[in-house]
Amino acid sequence: MLEIRDLYASINGKEILKGINLTVNPGEIHALMGQNGAGKSTLSNVLVGNPAYEVTSGTVMFNGKNLLEMSPEDRAHEGLFLSFQHPVEIPGVSMVNFMRAAINAKRKYHQQEPMSAADFLKMMREKRKVVELDSKLANRSVNEGFSGGEKKRNEIFQMAMLEPTLSILDETDSGLDVDALRIVAEGFNKLRTPETSALVITHYQRLLDYLKPDVVHVLMNGRIVKTGGPELAMEIENKGFDWIKEEID
Amino acid sequence: MLHSSLWIYKNRMNNREERQNNTNGKKPNSDKKNKFVREVAEKKYEYGFTTDVQTEIIDKGLNEEVVRLISAKKEEPEWMLEFRLKAFRYWLTQEQPDWAHLKMPEIDYQAISYYADPTKGMKKDGPKSLDEIDPELMKTFDKLGIPLEERLALSGTAVDAVMDSVSVKTTFKEKLSERGIIFCSISEAVREYPDLVRRYLGSVVPYRDNYFAALNSAVFSDGSFVYIPKGVRCPMELSTYFRINARNTGQFERTLIVCDDGGYVSYLEGCTAPMRDENQLHAAIVEIVVNENAEVKYSTVQNWYPGDAEGKGGVLNLVTKRGHLRGANSKLSWTQVETGSAITWKYPSCVLSGDNSQAEFYSVAVTNNYQQADTGTKMIHLGRNTKSTIISKGISAGKSQNSYRGLVRVAPNADGARNYSSCDSLLLGSECGAHTFPYMDVHNDTAIVEHEATTSKISEEQLFYCNQRGIPTEEAVGLIVNGYAKEVINKLPMEFAVEAQKLLSVSLEGTVG
Repeated sequence: MLEIRDLYASINGKEILKGINLTVNPGEIHALMGQNGAGKSTLSNVLVGNPAYEVTSGTVMFNGKNLLEMSPEDRAHEGLFLSFQHPVEIPGVSMVNFMRAAINAKRKYHQQEPMSAADFLKMMREKRKVVELDSKLANRSVNEGFSGGEKKRNEIFQMAMLEPTLSILDETDSGLDVDALRIVAEGFNKLRTPETSALVITHYQRLLDYLKPDVVHVLMNGRIVKTGGPELAMEIENKGFDWIKEEID
Repeated sequence: MLHSSLWIYKNRMNNREERQNNTNGKKPNSDKKNKFVREVAEKKYEYGFTTDVQTEIIDKGLNEEVVRLISAKKEEPEWMLEFRLKAFRYWLTQEQPDWAHLKMPEIDYQAISYYADPTKGMKKDGPKSLDEIDPELMKTFDKLGIPLEERLALSGTAVDAVMDSVSVKTTFKEKLSERGIIFCSISEAVREYPDLVRRYLGSVVPYRDNYFAALNSAVFSDGSFVYIPKGVRCPMELSTYFRINARNTGQFERTLIVCDDGGYVSYLEGCTAPMRDENQLHAAIVEIVVNENAEVKYSTVQNWYPGDAEGKGGVLNLVTKRGHLRGANSKLSWTQVETGSAITWKYPSCVLSGDNSQAEFYSVAVTNNYQQADTGTKMIHLGRNTKSTIISKGISAGKSQNSYRGLVRVAPNADGARNYSSCDSLLLGSECGAHTFPYMDVHNDTAIVEHEATTSKISEEQLFYCNQRGIPTEEAVGLIVNGYAKEVINKLPMEFAVEAQKLLSVSLEGTVG
């Protein structure tokens, strides 16, 4: 599904990713761990095509297509979704109008007719139950005045609406209390299918307890330096990253 | 009970300057983008066509003879000519004002023709039937979405269609007259209802008001006259559509609306012009009189040709609009969506004389490329417990300059006067400017005057968030801008709100990429 080969990327001329290799197969959940500044968020931003980042070399194939040649919106239409670490507020734009624009843009890309207002509202009602988002939030402006937890629930709600095949969760657990974390994680699990995959960026084991990753990678200084099973995440939780650093040196 | 006047000034800068700078270093496809911006700027103005119609245009230049000629062509009574001549003589003594935050191109008043009549051949008292209107004119207004055939009209809307200096046709006149409502061109009103016109013309905006008002009073061409009798609610939206067609001519719109005790009318004005390399002048006066318990809503969707992407051409829109809330409990609401014109100099104002009278000003002004707007309002509180609301939303893109200029004055006798002003500016890109010039002049201790202002920018983060969800940048800008302007758009009559939304998105196409 996703094949990253020798990916180098920089921001403002500073090289952050220094040769990433990563393969995600359908149905798999990969956890990406690492200290601050290791390049985790850069990788997620590069994958979704954030123009602030520049890819200097390497390839990324997504379902057989060259991801790096696509516009950010086409990447989304092809099934790539990012749950942002810091979802931005868009005052004046209601969630309803925002999601309708997103859904209809995707349908247009796939040469489908726009969704009728009735079908769309029905879909909104069903999907917001996934993350227990109440109707008031769905009618407010995008993320405006949402608490940290509400913003993250709203991200998973959008994921439910857009039905991506590969989701990137960028520290979706940060700033969440125990209950909110459970709602978000359980919501995510409800959306899983044998065809959908995820790349989960996190510092903590507690999200992974819910999501049960198949593969765990450790990112350090712009490279994946260690890959293992779920037990690797446990080990990091207990011992931190220093032992891995020592291993490399 | 001593309320002091309250001055709240919040300036919430929501500038993501840092991020802006971050991305400035790298412009991988800026050439492609510039080309796209150019293409959009060139194609976006859909009303830029010209009409090939036999037009009688008087010689260029302005002097007393021209004023007399205009008056004669309109077969005006002597008092009207006197009014014009007084105004003209006053205008000669005045200088063009330069206090606005505008770089105004020099206007050569002798290089303009002051009267262009595209209905030459038609009868002076207006066409008796549609057959008498030149088919080219019919086609023009059809193309503009303003059908002159009543059966094709937008539901519940009567139209006065003005091209250059002359009203071509006013629809639903007969139907409205059944209720005693007068809706006709001002030229016709001067001939048919001289007493009413003479009583009110210049009573709200005297010819000495300002330079452009004096000019307009001397050479005004056409516009609409509306009279709503006592206790009558006008059953239709009334609207005037202004079209400039002829080259090197000025258009001097003059509109007068009188709403008598307990009456109600909602009036809408729309404007477009062909694309021309030279500037075209539109200097208008709109006067509104609102008597006791009466209510007037005046909406404008201004889409004059804004000039090209390099700032060449475009309409100079120099307008004096004012309403006088004469009676107790009267209401007046100005709503304007200003997307066109190279230069907009316009301050629809309210004089609140009647006790408990209420006035509103809702404005969205969009400037792109090299457009300049200096617009706002004046709220003059004279009566007791008068209330005014100002909601202004400026949106600037390209290299444009967008200013809000507003005055709130509370007279010594205006006990309990209240004003709330909110002026927001939205910047798209980093080469445009947004400015706010609020003036307050409060002479009564019981008055409460509030002012809030914000400046924000559509951030790269917001656009990228939309992109990631599959929404292209152009559409994202449209969503954000329409969300931002919602409060004002919602004030427009339904059909026009939809048009205005489209217009906002189109005007800003290609501004962020």
